[in-house]
Amino acid sequence: MSSAPRARYDSIVVGGGHNGLICAAYLARGGRSVLVLEAAERVGGAAVTREFAPGFRVSACAHLLHLMPRALMRDLGLESQGLKLAADGLPTVALSPDGGHLVFGAGNVGGLTEHSSADAAAYAEWRALLRRLSGALHPLLAAAPPRLGSDAWRDRASLLGLGWRLRRLGRRDLRELLRIGGMCVHDLLEDRFGLALLKGALAFDAVLGTNYGPRSPGTVLALLYRAAASQGVEALAQPQGGLGALSEALARAATAAGAQIRTAAPVARILVREDRAAGVQLASGEEICATSVVSSADPKATFLKLLGSEHLDAGFVRRVAQVRSRGLTAKLHLALERLPQFPGVAADSLRGRLLVAPSADYIERAYNHAKYEEFSSAPMLEVSIPTLADPGLAPAGKHVMSVIVQYAPYALAGGWEALRQAFTDVVIDTLSRYAPGLRGCIGASELLTPPDIEREFHITGGHWHHAELALDQFFMLRPVPGAAQYQAPVPGLFLCGAGCHPGGGVMGLAGRNAARQVMREAA
Amino acid sequence: MLTVSEPHYRQPLLKTPFHERARAASQLDSFVPWSGYTTVDVFTSVEQEYFAIRNASSLYDLTPMVKYRIAGADALRFLNRLVTRDLSKTGPGRVAYAVWCNDEGHLIDDGTVFCMAHDEYRVCTAERQLDWFTASAIGFDVEIREVTEEIAALAVQGPTSCRVLRAVGLAGVERLKPFEHAAFTMPRAPSGPAQIALLVSRTGFTGDLGYELWMQPGDAEGVWDALMAVGSTRALRPIGSRALNIARIEAGFLLPNLDFVSAAHTLHPGTERSPLELGLAWLVDFNKGHFTGRRSLLAEQRRGPRRQLVGLDVEGNKPAHNALLYSERSGRKEAGSVTSAAWSPTCKRNLALAMLDAPYIALGSTVWAEIYLSRELVWQRRMVRARVVERPFYAPQRRRATPPADF
Repeated sequence: MSSAPRARYDSIVVGGGHNGLICAAYLARGGRSVLVLEAAERVGGAAVTREFAPGFRVSACAHLLHLMPRALMRDLGLESQGLKLAADGLPTVALSPDGGHLVFGAGNVGGLTEHSSADAAAYAEWRALLRRLSGALHPLLAAAPPRLGSDAWRDRASLLGLGWRLRRLGRRDLRELLRIGGMCVHDLLEDRFGLALLKGALAFDAVLGTNYGPRSPGTVLALLYRAAASQGVEALAQPQGGLGALSEALARAATAAGAQIRTAAPVARILVREDRAAGVQLASGEEICATSVVSSADPKATFLKLLGSEHLDAGFVRRVAQVRSRGLTAKLHLALERLPQFPGVAADSLRGRLLVAPSADYIERAYNHAKYEEFSSAPMLEVSIPTLADPGLAPAGKHVMSVIVQYAPYALAGGWEALRQAFTDVVIDTLSRYAPGLRGCIGASELLTPPDIEREFHITGGHWHHAELALDQFFMLRPVPGAAQYQAPVPGLFLCGAGCHPGGGVMGLAGRNAARQVMREAA
Repeated sequence: MLTVSEPHYRQPLLKTPFHERARAASQLDSFVPWSGYTTVDVFTSVEQEYFAIRNASSLYDLTPMVKYRIAGADALRFLNRLVTRDLSKTGPGRVAYAVWCNDEGHLIDDGTVFCMAHDEYRVCTAERQLDWFTASAIGFDVEIREVTEEIAALAVQGPTSCRVLRAVGLAGVERLKPFEHAAFTMPRAPSGPAQIALLVSRTGFTGDLGYELWMQPGDAEGVWDALMAVGSTRALRPIGSRALNIARIEAGFLLPNLDFVSAAHTLHPGTERSPLELGLAWLVDFNKGHFTGRRSLLAEQRRGPRRQLVGLDVEGNKPAHNALLYSERSGRKEAGSVTSAAWSPTCKRNLALAMLDAPYIALGSTVWAEIYLSRELVWQRRMVRARVVERPFYAPQRRRATPPADF
């Protein structure tokens, strides 16, 4: 067609979150001309550091780094791009109301043997099992899922490889993987452990960022997923300057590879010409052409808002509309005039991740309310005080507390505007049981509910993973069949966000896998 | 409006607003279920009813056709994304035959689309489609409502049908061209100033001159009575589905569940059918923009057909019902099977619609049909020649003539 303007870029990446930036970096390294378009003033998407009170800065959503493979970070040269870790190998502390906290470090759990030697042995056995399983499962996360019913050698090889790795697990481990794979984490923990606090901490990781309670079927999946992503060795790290510093390093890596990045450039529409993605139109009306468009936006935003269902088949659109994507996780930021005391928590442990989940039943009770769009008066919490390792985030001598709160229903009965303060009070009261002087330390606070996250970071439903992480939205079903290999039904359109395999959690594999797929399709 | 006083399970089949009249006219009491209604299979004899279609006029109750009202700013965009043909040229007062597919390009159903206004359409379908229409409406500003029970429908088909309608007071109906519709009024029988409002479309399932009348259920019996009163001297006859089936085979029209099974219902992989396979490629417009199934159908078109529905002229006079078709008389290699078959009294030919594998679909090619016939319960097997011929088998000039001939 003579009217079609020449492509100005090989690829446009919609959204400058970590997955978009990683995708752009790999595309640029592959010799493509790449333009990243970010709606906000800064790159990072939800992985940004923001000032929430004068002089107090905090990571807006995720506050610690634990899923992004170190090999990926090295491959992108993030260190040479200025990324420093303020802390690495941080411990996780399971807070107990009676002060008998458990401290999960690398390989051992401080305090567990004193509580129960049987649990200590069972825990070591569980970690060993996870390490073995993750060896078989990690390669799943690092590549595009195979297409079912396909004759292509790549799909067959991928399925065969999966079969072979599972076979190599041996009869005992394979049987255990099949047994626990679809199980609820509560039953698994009952099988293996006795101590309520230990079970609470393990159940916490299984339901964090999901719409489930410990007794919901399939919750073991999240544990296996975390284990597979971190290859069995979870290393909690805190970037210097918050998660925003990671995004900035990723942006520099992408730019160094040749990608261009434009911020404050919200994309209004993905343009389609002759049944092929042809570029984008910005909210300003400006049109930019490209051979392919790679969207790191969530599947619903990409397909239903930016592309439009008229370019898609009705059955596919229905599957997209049915993707479960309502967030149930909120974030509370506290500006602290001074450091509150957590009795029984050593100074070194306080720098880590503090969990309020004294038992699996505690979490399940909190979840009960969420089923009916209410919040519990006893929520489960993950607390980080990033200023302990990175004092620059607050004025001298002052601190920031970053709290992940679950469960916070997207469509709260009564409405968030009316109940915002009540919810904040519930969180502070809950924390005060472990840090009695907390309330007196608070200078300012900020609450980000799922609707706030939806509005601020353009994530439909405000779900951290873009799409619920569950068996029916996993692997070759993520986000939906027909788009599970990063390739949308419209030629030239790709996905690279957390809504794709293998999911979110500041992991970055979706972005890298997608870049490989884009280059393969174009080759 | 039909009211159901008893629980639905006590009355599993609904009665159409013409039911009392149909029952009174029925000599055989031969009723069959159709889309949840009980309807007449045969009134008197299939032959008499068939000849009313071709030589006089017939009256056929098609109220069970499922009807939807599609309205809203995006009505046309919605429909053009739903169906495979381009409806943008089907303006107010026009009707279009259309089919729609699932994502895989397999046929879900066919129907007629009436454009009532630029933002309002009526879609008449064989089977219920609310689920698929609702899924297809995601992202479009349309309102979809089933109106099956709110509209009674009567087909008046045959060479004298226009004359019958004029006699009943539908002045100007002769100016309707094929696939047009318009609003009419007729005097309320037997007398009185009140008028019955009707929508009349020049559409039908017979391939002959004919019209379809759409009305309020409360007016149904009045319209029936008025037509029968003027039709008594014009050999107008109520007909059942059996006679219509012969006429539609002559016209080469497809019937769901006989000539294809909707992809919404197939259970066995490979039994779905695409519009290209069903010989409906003329209904598929790849240039109008995206529609559901387009990418799959394009791939199918590139690949070439695996099989196709064709018209067959079968040797002899025994209808080849459900016959298996072979490439050679020996019957060693299957070539396909018959989906619909009838002896055509008008063409004096033994007709069939058949699904044939790709090597045999060319016009003029010959296959062998395996026909079983009962001679007073002594069964015999015949292998007879069947030739691929053009469809429709019967297409009289009068079906298109405007105005139609007067009688």
